[in-house]
Amino acid sequence: MNAFPRSLPTDQTLYERLEVNGISRRDFLEFCGRLAVVLGLSEAAGARLAHALQAVRRPSVIWIQLQECTGCVESVLRTVEPTIGSLVLDVVSLDYSHTIMAAAGHQAEAALQQAMKENAGKYLLLVTGSVPLADGGVYTTIGGRTAKAVLEEAAQGAAAIVAVGACAHWGSVQAARPNPTGAVGVAEVIKDKPVINVTGCPPIGDVVTATVAHFLTFDRLPATDSDGRPLFAYGKRIHDQCTRRAHFDAGQYVEVFDDEAARKGWCLYHVGCKGPATFSPCPIFQWNGGISWPIGAGHPCLGCTERNFWDTMTPFYGRLPDVGGFGVERTVDIMGAALAIGATAGVAAHAIATGVHQVRERRKLAVLPPDAGKE
Amino acid sequence: MAVTKVVVDPITRIEGHLRIEAQADGGRITNAWAHSTQFRGIEIVLQGRDPRDAWAFTQRICGVCTVVHAVASCRAVEDALEITIPPNANLIRNLIHGMQFIQDHVIHFYHLHALDWVDVISALKADPAGTARIARTVSSWPNNSETHFRAVQDRLKKFAGGGQLGIFTNGYWGHPAYKLPPEVNLLAVAHYLEALDWQRDVIRVHTIFGGKNPHPNFLVGGMASAINIEGTATINAERLVDIQGMIRRAREFVEQVYWPDLVAIAGFYKDWAAIGGGVPHFLAVGEFPEADVRDLDRLYFPRGIILDKDLSKVHPYDHQLVQEYITSSWYQYSGGDGVGLHPWEGETRPAYTGPTPPYDSLQERDKYTWMKAPRYEGKPMQVGPLSRMLVAYASGHAEAKDLVGQALGKLGVGPAALFSTLGRTAARGIETVLLARRMEVWFAQLVERIKSGDTRTFDKSRWEPSSWPATAQGYGYLDAPRGALGHWVQIADGKIARYQCVVPSTWNCSPRDGQGQMGPYEASLVDNHPLARPEEPLEILRTIHSFDPCMSCGVHVLDATGAPVVSVKVQ
Repeated sequence: MNAFPRSLPTDQTLYERLEVNGISRRDFLEFCGRLAVVLGLSEAAGARLAHALQAVRRPSVIWIQLQECTGCVESVLRTVEPTIGSLVLDVVSLDYSHTIMAAAGHQAEAALQQAMKENAGKYLLLVTGSVPLADGGVYTTIGGRTAKAVLEEAAQGAAAIVAVGACAHWGSVQAARPNPTGAVGVAEVIKDKPVINVTGCPPIGDVVTATVAHFLTFDRLPATDSDGRPLFAYGKRIHDQCTRRAHFDAGQYVEVFDDEAARKGWCLYHVGCKGPATFSPCPIFQWNGGISWPIGAGHPCLGCTERNFWDTMTPFYGRLPDVGGFGVERTVDIMGAALAIGATAGVAAHAIATGVHQVRERRKLAVLPPDAGKE
Repeated sequence: MAVTKVVVDPITRIEGHLRIEAQADGGRITNAWAHSTQFRGIEIVLQGRDPRDAWAFTQRICGVCTVVHAVASCRAVEDALEITIPPNANLIRNLIHGMQFIQDHVIHFYHLHALDWVDVISALKADPAGTARIARTVSSWPNNSETHFRAVQDRLKKFAGGGQLGIFTNGYWGHPAYKLPPEVNLLAVAHYLEALDWQRDVIRVHTIFGGKNPHPNFLVGGMASAINIEGTATINAERLVDIQGMIRRAREFVEQVYWPDLVAIAGFYKDWAAIGGGVPHFLAVGEFPEADVRDLDRLYFPRGIILDKDLSKVHPYDHQLVQEYITSSWYQYSGGDGVGLHPWEGETRPAYTGPTPPYDSLQERDKYTWMKAPRYEGKPMQVGPLSRMLVAYASGHAEAKDLVGQALGKLGVGPAALFSTLGRTAARGIETVLLARRMEVWFAQLVERIKSGDTRTFDKSRWEPSSWPATAQGYGYLDAPRGALGHWVQIADGKIARYQCVVPSTWNCSPRDGQGQMGPYEASLVDNHPLARPEEPLEILRTIHSFDPCMSCGVHVLDATGAPVVSVKVQ
């Protein structure tokens, strides 16, 4: 028997809830300020965030997991600023989450149905995992239903959908050639709702929570590039923000791992770094509270925020533009155009072409303005 | 009594998609089936690719045990190409994998398993002063104060009082199988919240060495994180001090919170030391090489097999005696469904014969899962913490024997109690304590090596494909948090010709084989197993969660083309 009612209306605002939970107004305002920075907003927007978050009730969030590895959920569990983690628990009502919910089986299914019904048209749907369409969808079933059926039902009453991670974005590793199960991303199945792609394998957890906060605050999803990725996180190329960029410009490269150049922290372009072809928040947000990031720890970028990266960015240790997706024969201009698919095309293509040119010329000075990829 | 059909799908608080079906009669489970309902085909994807990339692909098999496939893959390729990684790289991998174990086991206990034993709603009735009294008798953890427990309880009251129970909606609160007093429930809830903060701190060992978590970066031949104590963008003194702090905080939490909580909670559930034993055979491939990975005498957790619960003898393990069966699985073999194939000869042709979704029932069908059935010399094997601790105990591992003995003494039970649902959960805690202590040894060894002037982290001698033989094959073993793992790779002309993984959850979640032998999940559910209310399957969750299922790991597939096999090299 359940000792408590499963859902009752509440008239507490978010801020009131936080207050009784021992979070001071000062902490709350600080949190809003940090959130504004994460979202790339001005300081004044922090006050607006604070105002909006104080007015909302805990909105329903439903998180479904399809064909995937749970890495994206783990990434969200690592959102680092401790108050952000607890605020996410307190800001939303997470009504369905395969990984952490208490109920299983019929009780889990009932919780999902109840949340969808009570919050019809209002809940935010988070999706991790791809949708295997081959052979009638038999490659992933949940409660006896296909991933496609589960997604379509959950999407029906959603106000908006956040596709979390590369699998939900475009299928990721199981969709790499030859894509044995016919895996596709959310937006290929759901066409009548806004779908935002918080991509990466996995994405940085804080980008997921910031996207959710943006939706709750402004009642709409953040602005995106042409591949549905939020600009506040994916608007800039790694290469343009890289902590090792000065070494690229100076022609200082790691030639093989653990050489003297590696021990000096030089540029990883020659050992396969895909930073010049990748739009990602990694160099700015960094990982796990900003302690490091892949290039910072000496490994080349794999390009995991780009569509089809398992095919276009491999071999991972091959040097751009010699990797599979581009081909040696292509000119740098064609390569630049191909790379610009998801980004703000023209200038980014120019920036990449310029970057490659730089490699060839080994120029000593940067020629790109710091915000070249953004316009 | 009439037989009741039970279906639990989804099994939540696990990784991936698992369905359990069962039959119950008179409060007992009489039959059970484990169904894996997800298939991804990552090994098909690997064919024809650069073997140095394989770690990244196989790592994405699972984002919970996010380092184990990457390391196993590196070891398989390094075995094939006869690469010996520098000692520093081995120590760094041990520190990364060790922290994976510790963080993963603590998350499993508090966030995946605890709600099977802890009634969250009952904690509302607790006397926080009583909770503090209990807590102080088992641990000196600074937060074990009445003030802290009262604050947690107040927070919980507001949460529940608001009417939106979120992740606690529809839990089995008030079920008669919950036995903890309210004060102990409150203790567990408080530490559930603390563990959430703790885990994201200590896991940053991965971020420093691998750039991120989940899915940190690895490298065939060593590690990419160069060591230069004078450098600004390398492993330097500042980074080492960070890591040292994380290792210290990991040990403090494990020794002062996780382990005392586990023992305290287990004391109320001693009846579960006679429930859910299941398959009596236990396999550990061994882990944490303290010298070269090929030196099997230098593994911190030893390798071996226990048969028929007989702790007087540890049998040797030979990977060539592993075979996979598909009698009950949605695949076909060219030689018929009755044969078992070693991974080198393995083939997988997905061939779904289940009902068209949506479906209500899979039980009593000949084929019912995407999971294959690995067997060792024809026998099913349990793998995981219990197997490792039994093999260590029976091998005379002094620290393991001591800690197992302490745990049994505190609970007032004998070694036979280990063969149970409670035994699996306790063994996970025991090995976490061992590793939390051992991490300090590995860290000190790394620092000593650096002090002596050895900063090498990578062996470049076989990095370039031009240095590789025309064909090669390798076996990478690794004992992961959830148990024995193997990767088998065959390389031809610089590309992957064949790739195969046999994974912990494949062993544990395996279906019936050609001889009708159940896999470990199934066998445990029919071993003296209660089910008080078939419509509220709390007891099933306890036993299944005691294995810590990781379903995405378990299902894999080899090439569908049946590429020719090169000669088998004996490990």
